[in-house]
Amino acid sequence: MDSSSTSLFDILGPIMIGPSSSHTAGALRIGRAAGMLCTAPVVKAVFRLHGSFASTYKGHGSDRALAAGVLGMQTDDPDIKNALEICRQRGIEVKFTEADLGEVHPNTVQVELTDAGGIRHVLTGCSVGGGAVRIIGIDGFDTGITGEYPTIVTKHHDKVGVIKNVVSCISDAEVNIVTINLARSQKGKLATAIIETDTLVDGDVVEKIGQLEHMVDVLTMDKF
Amino acid sequence: MFRYGHELAAHCAQTGKTIAEVAIEEEMQNSECSRELVFAKLARRRAVMEKACRATLKQPVPSVSGLTGGDASLLNSFLQQGAPLLGGPTAKAVAYALSCFEVNTSMGAIVACPTAGSCGIVPGALFAVAEQLGASDEQLLKAFAAASYVGMIIARNATVSGAEGGCQAECGSAAAMAAAALVELRGGDAEMCLSAAAIAIKNVMGLVCDPVAGLVEIPCAKRNASGVVNAILCSDLAMAGIKSQIPFDEVVSAMRKVGRLLPESLRETAKGGVATTPTGLRMKKQVFGE
Repeated sequence: MDSSSTSLFDILGPIMIGPSSSHTAGALRIGRAAGMLCTAPVVKAVFRLHGSFASTYKGHGSDRALAAGVLGMQTDDPDIKNALEICRQRGIEVKFTEADLGEVHPNTVQVELTDAGGIRHVLTGCSVGGGAVRIIGIDGFDTGITGEYPTIVTKHHDKVGVIKNVVSCISDAEVNIVTINLARSQKGKLATAIIETDTLVDGDVVEKIGQLEHMVDVLTMDKF
Repeated sequence: MFRYGHELAAHCAQTGKTIAEVAIEEEMQNSECSRELVFAKLARRRAVMEKACRATLKQPVPSVSGLTGGDASLLNSFLQQGAPLLGGPTAKAVAYALSCFEVNTSMGAIVACPTAGSCGIVPGALFAVAEQLGASDEQLLKAFAAASYVGMIIARNATVSGAEGGCQAECGSAAAMAAAALVELRGGDAEMCLSAAAIAIKNVMGLVCDPVAGLVEIPCAKRNASGVVNAILCSDLAMAGIKSQIPFDEVVSAMRKVGRLLPESLRETAKGGVATTPTGLRMKKQVFGE
């Protein structure tokens, strides 16, 4: 947990399968965050491990935990230790490589998932201790998601009024917005909005946002 | 939430509240839930921890790597024979901590507290002392809440990650959390709780994180054992009226700075300390075959 920790149960928790909160439970949560970006079943997962993750992932079961997360398991699932085998049975290609991801937290991993429709998502997450995580990048955009709230991630053309329309869709659904963070690659080019909400928006709201003018893509992640 | 220990202690002194009461009230506010729900969440974790603290006392279970296991039952037998020099509830607390840790290394269910690598210290100390004192269920759950609140302050101002701050940040923080909770359970005030926590961290300032083969196993299990003794010792010191000469917040800040000064090789990378001793390297080979 980091400075955003606001609950007793960030410290007294999670209830988890051992042996390491940062390398097993935290790794699983990063995998789960990545898995939630895919709307079709995952067929390929590539994990690029940085720092302490790279040196010790096998010993801590981080490999099984990351795969278990992509499969959607929770941190206390007794099947975590069988996750790599489960991936094999489901025909999911899983690959682990060591990588230098630059000036990032010592426990950082980049997860690249390809789904059955050929759509690819790349998520970078840091396991900051005690099972807490921070997702620092999604599909090339900087983020700062802790999984405390459901999150909407849009990718859109950087035009006037897009954000207003997205916010309207969310508030029309009577969903409360907690934070909005915006980033763009270049003025007038692609931009992204990371919107944390109190409750997860329904699929039809996501569809409505997806059909907005200038919208390229919209993803949602529940709390993880 | 109080960012610093001194703010918390001042608030407790002013209002007459315990750390646990502050912790529970804030949890109700932040998570928008009832007092009953907070206690239910505490009780759910208590149940997992209690099971883990007893699981391997009589039945040795090997770790997934096969390198360790069986220490909790050895100590428990020694305790049954009446042989430990550790008096009162202390040897029992160590046996509980070892059992909890062995559940962790055999990929069983535990509660990270604050981390999995330090998961035996808080429950080991609290269960054994609560039994000794005949504490009520509510008192025990409140002690866990107090421990967690102290952990939140440490996490805010330093770190509880071994990869960031070494073992001082994991087993040191856990011992500080347990020490503070024990003082509260024994009727000490918030100032005394934080004194106990400060001393516990000072006692292991600079402790490195050097897991053999990168596994949360060696020397982690025994540091959970010593962490429990550290916590109980510091609670005794505080209850005797002994103060930490360096205030809690300054100790936490020093711990953060020391963590940053530790080389990467001594922060959970298995590149130094006992991990790279000839025996440590041989064990790594034994587990991973290279």
